[in-house]
Amino acid sequence: MSSHDDKPHVPAPSLWPIGFAVGVVCLLVGFVVSWWGVAIGAGLVLLFGFLWAYDLTRGMREPAHAPVPGTATVEVADEGAPAHAAEVPTYSRSVFLELGTLGLGGVITGLVTLPVLGFSVLPAFEHHKHEAVDLGPITNFPQGEFVVSTYLEDPAQGEVTRRTAFIRNNGLVPVAAKQEPSFTIIYSRCAHLGCPVQPGGVLGKEKSFTNAEKHPVTLIPVAGLTGFGCPCHGGQYDTEGNRVAGPPVRSLDRYAYSVVNGNLVLGTLYSVGHVEGTGSSAKIRRFTSASPGVHVDGWERWLYPIPVPGR
Amino acid sequence: MPKSARRRQLEQAMLLPLDWIEERTGLVGGVKYFLFRNVPHDVNWMQTLGAATLTAFLVQATTGVFLAMYYKPDPENAYSSIQNITHDVTLGWLVRGMHKWGASVFIILMFLHMFRVFLFGAYKYPRELNWIVGVLLLVLGMLEGFTGYLLPWDQTAYWATAVGINLNATGPFVGPFLGDFLQGGSQIGPDTIARFYSLHMLLIPGGIIALIGLHLYLVVRLGVTSPPWSKTAAGRLPEAAGGGGGQEGLIRAPRTESEQAE
Repeated sequence: MSSHDDKPHVPAPSLWPIGFAVGVVCLLVGFVVSWWGVAIGAGLVLLFGFLWAYDLTRGMREPAHAPVPGTATVEVADEGAPAHAAEVPTYSRSVFLELGTLGLGGVITGLVTLPVLGFSVLPAFEHHKHEAVDLGPITNFPQGEFVVSTYLEDPAQGEVTRRTAFIRNNGLVPVAAKQEPSFTIIYSRCAHLGCPVQPGGVLGKEKSFTNAEKHPVTLIPVAGLTGFGCPCHGGQYDTEGNRVAGPPVRSLDRYAYSVVNGNLVLGTLYSVGHVEGTGSSAKIRRFTSASPGVHVDGWERWLYPIPVPGR
Repeated sequence: MPKSARRRQLEQAMLLPLDWIEERTGLVGGVKYFLFRNVPHDVNWMQTLGAATLTAFLVQATTGVFLAMYYKPDPENAYSSIQNITHDVTLGWLVRGMHKWGASVFIILMFLHMFRVFLFGAYKYPRELNWIVGVLLLVLGMLEGFTGYLLPWDQTAYWATAVGINLNATGPFVGPFLGDFLQGGSQIGPDTIARFYSLHMLLIPGGIIALIGLHLYLVVRLGVTSPPWSKTAAGRLPEAAGGGGGQEGLIRAPRTESEQAE
């Protein structure tokens, strides 16, 4: 026990941490300003981080010249006795019991915690059966106008599953020598952080019904819709769901759809990069449904390289 | 003044139950060791902020336990059960108010305590790990705020939580996984509120209690810092002055005669 040492327990002063901090600041500012700030900051952080670590670990790399105080007491056990006398390798019962207890304890801990962890985490990433929702005959949707359509995705679970889609009938378009109806179906969840975007226009008369699969549906036509706006942080979108102002990082999500026996049926959601053109002639860059605020195109998509299961 | 024989007898009778417990558990000595520690002679009122934060947490824990008796964590009943607590249950308005406003008090006190520790330099050797434990406590405390905010299940709660979850989901690499874990699927749904409730009242408070235990253990072991303006030099207790107690180097030397004369 050497408790008389009055030396301060601090490493020798070094300037590398300051360079490191400057690098971190440069990196953070770069994230806001531009990529070259990030590159310079990352370079500084790596350089000064290495120098700092190199400095701190110098003592460990150099061989110790003097014997470490404290080891001496071991050697003076007996005068003239060989130094290796104490070194007898053994595998005693107590070591066996210790390892056995630790190993068995580990196995039991694993048996309990792994299922519990799986139970709490995995269900969120399972593919939920997505029920197609029938919104009634396509004559409910006047050509060239948007209709605010809300429905319960899972009536058994109630209002928490209410979703809203903005649906525009684009009229008939020729597909393989046939005339097929075309729709623009935009999901109301803002592509910034998920608040409900609101239609800009004059709301018409509401029509409510319950479809054959017991989904309550409400349809409200909107006259002269100019675009969509989000009440939370002011994101603005045009009538195709492209961002025109504010913080959203991509266009509004859309629904796949089908027309079955003259009824419009909503399918799965997908995310959209940018839409060129309008209505039935629009070119849509389609991606797997992503969380609001997640980039699906541009270089930022490399921030989300691992696809999330269950989407 | 010497105590009379009668008084000594009386004191002994009163202390008998404590002695009984002490002999079998040692707890009385333990509590005394915890409460009557040596602290620097010039401690400051600012150094009570940690204890104030602990008190705020205990208020949250106590009121929370009893709110759980009336709260129903599912989308159909959550809002109406909160209305019931606020308007119908006797003193419900008071207990819910204590929990709601106490939540802000807890967060504010954590920050004030942190400022005090920072400005006093109390995070320095040998207390670095206690700073880190404190930061973890701050993070868990804010997670309590985040998960608790959803539970009233009104419009503010719902959309603020939607924004908060999606904010998490924008984090690089793991963000989308975190978002889906928090809402229990690809959108906020019937499971979200139950999972937030479970995190809010079981998992996170458990972590907070464990870390508070560690935090206090380190405070007791390492001792209390004196303010930066203290005239007494920090250093180890000289061998001649007794040392010992496992606290060498952590408590300031006792006041010298000349200082005491001041």
